[in-house]
Amino acid sequence: MLASFDWDVIQRSLPYLFREGMTFTVTLTVLAMFFGIILGTLLAMMRLSSFKPLAVAAGGYVNLMRSVPLVLVIFWFYFLVPYIGAWILRQNEPIKVGAFLSSVVTFTLFEAAYYCEIMRAGIQSIPRGQVWAGYALGLNYWQTMGNVVLPQAFRNMMPVLLTQTIILFQDTSLVYVLSITDFLGAASKIAQRDGRLVEMYLFVAVVYFIISYFLSYLVKRLQLRIAVPGKL
Amino acid sequence: MKYNWNWGIFWQPAADGSGTWLHYLLVGVVWTLGTALAAWLIALAAGSVLGVMRTTPSKWAVRFGNAYVEFFRNVPLLVQMFLWFFVLPELLPTAIGDWIKQMPPPWSAYLPAVLCLGFYTAARVAEQVRAGIQSLPRGQMMAGTAVGFTLPQAYRYVILPQAYRIILPPLTSEFLNIIKNSSIALTIGLLELTARARAMSEFTFQVFEAFTAATVLYLLINIVVVFGMRWVERRLAVPGLIAVGGAPQAGH
Amino acid sequence: MAMIEMKNVSKWYGTFQVLTNCTTSVDKGEVVVVCGPSGSGKSTLIKCVNALEPFQKGDVLVDGVSVADPKTDLPKLRSRVGMVFQHFELFPHMSVTDNLALAQIKVLGRSRGEATARGMKYLDRVGLKEHAHKYPGQLSGGQQQRVAIARGLSMDPIAMLFDEPTSALDPEMINEVLDVMVQLAQEGMTMMVVTHEMGFARKVANRVIFMDRGEIVEDAKKDDFFGKPRSERAVQFLSKILHH
Repeated sequence: MLASFDWDVIQRSLPYLFREGMTFTVTLTVLAMFFGIILGTLLAMMRLSSFKPLAVAAGGYVNLMRSVPLVLVIFWFYFLVPYIGAWILRQNEPIKVGAFLSSVVTFTLFEAAYYCEIMRAGIQSIPRGQVWAGYALGLNYWQTMGNVVLPQAFRNMMPVLLTQTIILFQDTSLVYVLSITDFLGAASKIAQRDGRLVEMYLFVAVVYFIISYFLSYLVKRLQLRIAVPGKL
Repeated sequence: MKYNWNWGIFWQPAADGSGTWLHYLLVGVVWTLGTALAAWLIALAAGSVLGVMRTTPSKWAVRFGNAYVEFFRNVPLLVQMFLWFFVLPELLPTAIGDWIKQMPPPWSAYLPAVLCLGFYTAARVAEQVRAGIQSLPRGQMMAGTAVGFTLPQAYRYVILPQAYRIILPPLTSEFLNIIKNSSIALTIGLLELTARARAMSEFTFQVFEAFTAATVLYLLINIVVVFGMRWVERRLAVPGLIAVGGAPQAGH
Repeated sequence: MAMIEMKNVSKWYGTFQVLTNCTTSVDKGEVVVVCGPSGSGKSTLIKCVNALEPFQKGDVLVDGVSVADPKTDLPKLRSRVGMVFQHFELFPHMSVTDNLALAQIKVLGRSRGEATARGMKYLDRVGLKEHAHKYPGQLSGGQQQRVAIARGLSMDPIAMLFDEPTSALDPEMINEVLDVMVQLAQEGMTMMVVTHEMGFARKVANRVIFMDRGEIVEDAKKDDFFGKPRSERAVQFLSKILHH
């Protein structure tokens, strides 16, 4: 079988695969990570707040997102975002939202639930005395969170946050269900056009493997370097 | 806002003539659970073997186990699904390949989906099993061999009974993950719950109703599984053996 | 003039009462030591002064400002009262300099230059000037606690609260911290100190409060307390701990 392996189709498609496909995948990953962590941190703070309605609302959101398949969430937001957009912009008809924007919203909101649980554990791992010390100096809640708790929580949770991002990177391949051209989608198009499913899908698997494995390796190294100076 | 609500759609006949739309979705639940359970059996069996392998003194067993986990972890599940469905039949000897390609739907989608989910989840189960075994005090293995057990016997009678109890909570998580991940098989044509919700929404235009039903059904499945596992945990509980709390793990 | 006044403070954790009708005061320049067995509520009491622990009944007045009043600006009140914790609680992700400067900048609105300079002044007073650029993880327990005292002082507080400041220290480091506290007392700082260190109390305390099971059992001038304690429980406590 290896004799008929068409290396050429891979070579020919490289520009398309990476310029169109991989760019989409990487951009989506970076944006969803950035906004997802911000939203996730806010959700974590809400879950830990003593104001019950906030805690319950955040908890309900996180549990819902974690109980439902990502594919279903993708469909949900593909359908919902135009309506929400119309409601925000006060239009009568659902507005047209591009595939990219819809994806960013979907993945941000979905991954935020997972980032939330990570940050929640991170925040809870900071000893209460640190919070007291901040308050005792006259810092208010936001100052204490921003200057004392969150910097330490992020440092401690950085490896887990990054590992979750690697998972997010792999999850973006699911935009396939909306026929969006990410890396996998691009390969799929070529595969079907040229009848070269085996070559293209094997190539995709190898590329994802190399990137994910390499990123995991970087995370392990970062773990060593980011330790607070003087602290073990 | 321009959307025609129609919650009564569930009682109207489905497009494929099998019954109401509600019935159509419930059949999807059966396919979801059927896929998940079959895959779970593979995952438990293979994952246990791999997890144990990674804790044995044999260097090659450890390396093989690690390589397996690394492979299945670093390739997206959807890509793996495509490999099983599109690529594997081509790589096998022509006779077997042809037999696979001739399988009628839904088995043509069901079999690759089960194998894909099973072996993918096996990697994650292997991680849990390994962690569970390694969380036991070293003295347990020593005590086992001290009474005269061989290595396999020590695992069977001393190590594994304790390790499995410890990892019941994360294993429950993995089982819930398999149920969610089964939705990915819609890309290869498996008509599980999410696929059917999408089909229903495309056919009736009652998108909101269809996806709400699917969401509610997934939540119900979750609740049933969580309560079921708690019952299992209670029945297996050993007084005084406290489960190791998990550090926050990344993942779905 | 009472700098700190506590009036009938009572606190419950759920149904369990941890403080019962605690009334006392600390005048300007006074040094009051609070002692008692574990679980007597002394840490909880002192944390009520700057509202780190909420209380359900009674009130605390700091320089005339009510702690229980919902309209009180608590961060502002807390910025005027320094606190030193048993486990130091320096911010491990910041250098010593930044630890000292943070609240000065964010709460008092001082410029970075001014905050750093003042921090250095107090750091020098506690004898740790050379360690300004180090991180807490690189300091010993005694050094960390002295930095914590300097951190409290940098806010130019009207009073300082100490919650068992030496209880987490190895014996050979206790004195370096107590020396700083003695010096502070002699300079006229209003201090409320929860401690087991009776030597310190004998040296600089004006009054000693003895607590047991959430109640203030004795509240007497130092000489009266050590010479003729009135309550049975205080006698027992003293006999147990004065055997060093």
